[in-house]
Amino acid sequence: MNKNSMIEIKNVNKMYQDLTALENVNLNINQGEFIALVGMSGGGKSTLLRLIAGLEKPTSGSITVGEDNSRSIMRMMFQEDRLLPWMNVLDNLSFGSKDKNTKAHAKELLDLVELGDYADHFPNQLSGGQKQRIALARALMTNPKVLLLDEPLGALDALTRRKMQDLILDVCQKQHLTTILVTHDVDEAARMADRIVVMKESTNYYEEDCPKNRNAGQIGIVADRVLNEILGEKEIQKQTA
Amino acid sequence: MQDSLTIARKKRKFVLPVTKLLPFLLPIILILFWQVSSTLGWLSSSVLPSPLAVLQDGIKLTQSGELPKNLSISLYRATVGLLIGGGVGFILGFINGMSKTCRLLFDSSIQMFRNIPHLALIPLIILWLGINESAKISLVAIGTMFPVYINTFHGISSVDPDLIEMGKSYELSKSQMFFKIIFPAALPQILVGIRYALGVMWTTLIVAETISASSGIGYMANNAEDFMDMETVILCIVVYAILGKISDLVAKSFESLLLEWQTTGRSNV
Ligand SMILES: Nc1ncnc2c1ncn2[C@@H]1O[C@H](COP(=O)(O)OP(=O)(O)O)[C@@H](O)[C@H]1O
Ligand SMILES: [Mg+2]
Repeated sequence: MNKNSMIEIKNVNKMYQDLTALENVNLNINQGEFIALVGMSGGGKSTLLRLIAGLEKPTSGSITVGEDNSRSIMRMMFQEDRLLPWMNVLDNLSFGSKDKNTKAHAKELLDLVELGDYADHFPNQLSGGQKQRIALARALMTNPKVLLLDEPLGALDALTRRKMQDLILDVCQKQHLTTILVTHDVDEAARMADRIVVMKESTNYYEEDCPKNRNAGQIGIVADRVLNEILGEKEIQKQTA
Repeated sequence: MQDSLTIARKKRKFVLPVTKLLPFLLPIILILFWQVSSTLGWLSSSVLPSPLAVLQDGIKLTQSGELPKNLSISLYRATVGLLIGGGVGFILGFINGMSKTCRLLFDSSIQMFRNIPHLALIPLIILWLGINESAKISLVAIGTMFPVYINTFHGISSVDPDLIEMGKSYELSKSQMFFKIIFPAALPQILVGIRYALGVMWTTLIVAETISASSGIGYMANNAEDFMDMETVILCIVVYAILGKISDLVAKSFESLLLEWQTTGRSNV
């Protein structure tokens, strides 16, 4: 494994009975890199994330994460918050973490997501955006090195979404997290990612490196290019080439 | 600010007792009307004795020890029957909810038995077990087993798969998965089953004690009927109503205690 590399996906195939969900996927992700995974729905993005998280095994090929392939360094977030409705916010954060200072750590993270006053609320007392912030805080509880995000902002309104994007970016940069974000929103991908990977027809991949410190114009250009790549039209690419 | 707070508090003090007493209004009016009709002779005591007469009968039977004795034997049968039936129902619901193999093996047979009205088993059970305690207890157990089974099974097998996947991503062990996710998620449904079982428990017991017993509230009623002792017959019915109400209240308070998260709505945000 390359010294800088965090996740190495080699010749991965995934079959469900006779349905090919993933075919010969190869992807290298460096430590601290922020990858956006985009593509048509049903293209196998969620499947790839589940394979990386170790929730399922690939039919063939190999996936290596970190040095010792430990699953505990990874945390996932989904479109649904997946909070436990019978636990208050604080207990939801402590869920699954084993160290002793959980309470103090949880309070810190609640402050980070600006929900410090909500420790004893139950999930059904929170808005969708608040719940996703709690879900982010829970994911950070175990000090993960890798964050796997499966359309976590898909159900949020535009404004909340934008705020969450900034919060996630901020956290990922400060904690040097390696992140894979699955999204169907190409603008979101262009705004957040260091690199965009387009998954197409389970065989074809297209990668786009995004410029650092991009402005709105550059984001728009990248987003257009990625969108056309997804839809299979190469016109814009030809024009700019 | 200070003023409005005290006003709000005062208001609550006045409002709360009224809303708490309101449910009792209708029964009290009914009983008063009943008493008045009896006193004025509109109601013959051989058709319906007056509430006071029933109360006096209750006091007499309590002093003689007959009511407490029969009450406690009925309570004993109900509790033991429910514990056995509920326990078996829970265990069956648990294993069938957790294991697909067990489900395929047991569920359709259990559903078949469920369709037999358990009261239809009374003659068979009397033939097998006679009219002793085990006969009544087994009937209650059989009757209460199914509602607990069905609701436990359904509750466990319909836990949100997303939450289970979330648990897997935390590498929970099987028992952690059960106690941290599956059981709490299934609990509301299990409690529905228990509440339903409490109703079945009393009806089963009444019927069983009326048909074949030498003690218990149902026996008391049946025995009083033989002596045309109308007061005691009514008394037994009232006792059953009170027992049913109490067990429902107990179940309800369990629910609100265990399911606080469901009732804590958005109202206080
Ligand atoms: N557990 C499963 N069993 C059978 N088929 C599945 C399963 N999970 C995903 N698939 C199939 O694999 C394909 C890829 O799905 P998914 O990874 O969810 O796509 P995406 O997240 O890109 O929308 C789809 O055709 C889907 O129906
Ligand atoms: Mg998906």
